[in-house]
Amino acid sequence: MQYFEVLGLAPRLTLDLKDLEKRFYAKSRELHPDRFARAPQAEQQRALELSSLLNDAYRTLREPVARAEYVLKNSGFDIGEQRSKDVPAELLEEVFELNMALEEADRPQIEAAGVRFEKLRAEIDQELATRFGQWDHAAESGTLAQIRGLLNRRRYIENLLRDVNVHLSN
Amino acid sequence: MSTFQIDFGGAPSKVVGIDLGTTNSLVAYMDLTGPRILGSIVPSVVAVRADGSFAVGEEARTLLLTAPDRAVYSAKRLMGRGVDDIQEELKLFPFHVSGGSESVIRLQVADKTMTPPEVGAQVLRKLKEQAEAELGEPISQAVVTVPAYFNDAQRQATKDAGRIAGLEVLRLVNEPTAAALAYGLDKRNEGTIAVYDLGGGTFDISILKLHDGIFEVLATNGDTHLGGDDIDNLLIRIALEDIASEWGHDVSGDQEAVQLLRRNVISAKEQLSFIPQTIIALDYQGRHYQRELTRELLEKLITPIVDRTLGPCRACLKDAGLAVEQIDEVVLVGGSTRIPLVRQAVRNLFKAEPHTELNPDEVVALGAAVQAGVLAGDVADTLLLDVTPLSLGIETMGGVVAKLIHRNSTIPASVTEQFTTSIDGQRNVLIHVLQGERELVKDCRSLARFELKDLPPLPAGLARIEVKFMIDANGILQVTARDARSGQETTVEVKPSYGLTDEQVEAMIMESITHAEEDFRERQVREARVEADNMLLAIEKAKQNDAWFALPEAEREEATRALNELLMVYHSDDHHLILAHIEKLNQATMSLAENMMNTAVQGALRGTKID
Repeated sequence: MQYFEVLGLAPRLTLDLKDLEKRFYAKSRELHPDRFARAPQAEQQRALELSSLLNDAYRTLREPVARAEYVLKNSGFDIGEQRSKDVPAELLEEVFELNMALEEADRPQIEAAGVRFEKLRAEIDQELATRFGQWDHAAESGTLAQIRGLLNRRRYIENLLRDVNVHLSN
Repeated sequence: MSTFQIDFGGAPSKVVGIDLGTTNSLVAYMDLTGPRILGSIVPSVVAVRADGSFAVGEEARTLLLTAPDRAVYSAKRLMGRGVDDIQEELKLFPFHVSGGSESVIRLQVADKTMTPPEVGAQVLRKLKEQAEAELGEPISQAVVTVPAYFNDAQRQATKDAGRIAGLEVLRLVNEPTAAALAYGLDKRNEGTIAVYDLGGGTFDISILKLHDGIFEVLATNGDTHLGGDDIDNLLIRIALEDIASEWGHDVSGDQEAVQLLRRNVISAKEQLSFIPQTIIALDYQGRHYQRELTRELLEKLITPIVDRTLGPCRACLKDAGLAVEQIDEVVLVGGSTRIPLVRQAVRNLFKAEPHTELNPDEVVALGAAVQAGVLAGDVADTLLLDVTPLSLGIETMGGVVAKLIHRNSTIPASVTEQFTTSIDGQRNVLIHVLQGERELVKDCRSLARFELKDLPPLPAGLARIEVKFMIDANGILQVTARDARSGQETTVEVKPSYGLTDEQVEAMIMESITHAEEDFRERQVREARVEADNMLLAIEKAKQNDAWFALPEAEREEATRALNELLMVYHSDDHHLILAHIEKLNQATMSLAENMMNTAVQGALRGTKID
């Protein structure tokens, strides 16, 4: 997986962000186009490609969700679909209640829903961290499938939270 | 990876840093002692003299007062824009826009038509000359600064200006980032700084993280149409209304009056940064207008303008994921930050005393020189990691924009997307690229349409074309495409929505070279004629001298013949011909000159005055 390679890492879902930043800075000094401003055209182009790869890699890997999606995509999982159309079964009731509250512009209810969703998201993040560790220990496809499920739920909750916040800030 | 290059040329040529500003421009160079300004500040004004030649800088600014239709200023506001974009501007600036300005604005300046990059090129050429005079060598490479919030077209237009001026723009650097470099805040090793840059026409805010010489921009925001010009225009409008009611007639349509007033308003505004009150006055066509302006009133008037800078500052903090308390230092850039109210606003927002040690007019050029030093390899350890200010996306079904590269992504940045065909045997695919934060195409800025051409004819949906969108270190988009099945490069034809095409830029470069040749030839002819004038005058005088009559008949005839020949070629455009005949006449009158010299010597010995 190129993004890990360019930063000198083996594919891992759990990363030390301080170490990642240090690697990013060191590699930037080496690859940035500024270092090749007066080099022949071919070398300039190469620096451009490598440093954009480095930047894309750092931007992706420093965010746990984006990092996991990258690993999923490169392991043959399709992450594009199932955006936010299907309501995860266990959230049906929550979503129903939220919609009611939104319709009635019931601020305390909306706020309460926001708190619940944030708690749910925190739980998912907790579980994701566990699964990340599991995959890092033994890279099994089953773990990735579980991670994908978690990410889908997380994305769904994120969208709900966005709705909540839009309403609360209005 | 490093390569060894054989260097035949001795020391590599120098790279200068240029701040191409809305109001003023400067060039700087970094040597072992640090960055310094070369020559003087150049007002970004270009004028056409009565003889058709260009005046740039101070001279052009003076011409602006007496012949406003022969001069153009604040042209940076028009860089990379179309006529539809600048309707607001046209109400406030005396730009005379000619036809055919949809994708590139064409300005009428006296009898010439100029695009904004050509105006910029005139200023750049002047700066280049200044740098060459001071460094004593030809300069062909430069780092040029742009507002951080400039979009792709505005950046491309700035690069075009460089090319037209005969400068290779090695890098476009964002102005606030350059300012951070100039402050050398990297000496503090670690920290977070905010750069607040309010110039003549643009406002930028950037937040950077420093780490061992690396300047990592976390987020940037701004407004490309907010600056000191807005304050000037506000004051001019008020004064014009005053004048209309006092004099009983409106002078707002009279450019000469408006330009005089503009100069006086700017001067009053600048004074009020240092003294509590001043006057705005206008003497025009025998009439006199005068009003008092206090700093207090000025502050009341400009509060809405200053407040407009705060929204972008807050948005920038949010994008950087930082609270105000986490900002360690604040740097002020741009002439408008001399205004006490602006400083107060910054102090209030960031809860910190801003840095003002460096001249806010010079700091950007100095920073550009530091970056020039980095690119030339003279400055080790310093590295800029800048971001793209605006998200990049493509048009999808229903006029919706799909974001590909988000704003504040470190550049260079890239993304690869797959495209296919929707009709059997389709040979072309059109991709519409936009820049902006909004969801709909109509609310974003169209950058260009890229056409993938000569695709292999296949049933619908079978083609797999991988298109790579790359924003380079200058913040400019590059698009490449390849057929994912064959691995072959696909031809991409670019139709920029705004700006000059490559061919147009080439034509302008050629034109400036041809003109340079023309100008040079004309100068040579003029110089030859001046020499001929001197010669003819000397001969006329000599004919009054005894020495002329003392010449043998044949020599007198030959001299007369040579003289007539010179008169005949005098008006030719060939300076070689003129010079040849001057030389011939010179030869023919050699003994005459000697005789005259002898007579003069004898006369001098006798103590008589010889004319």
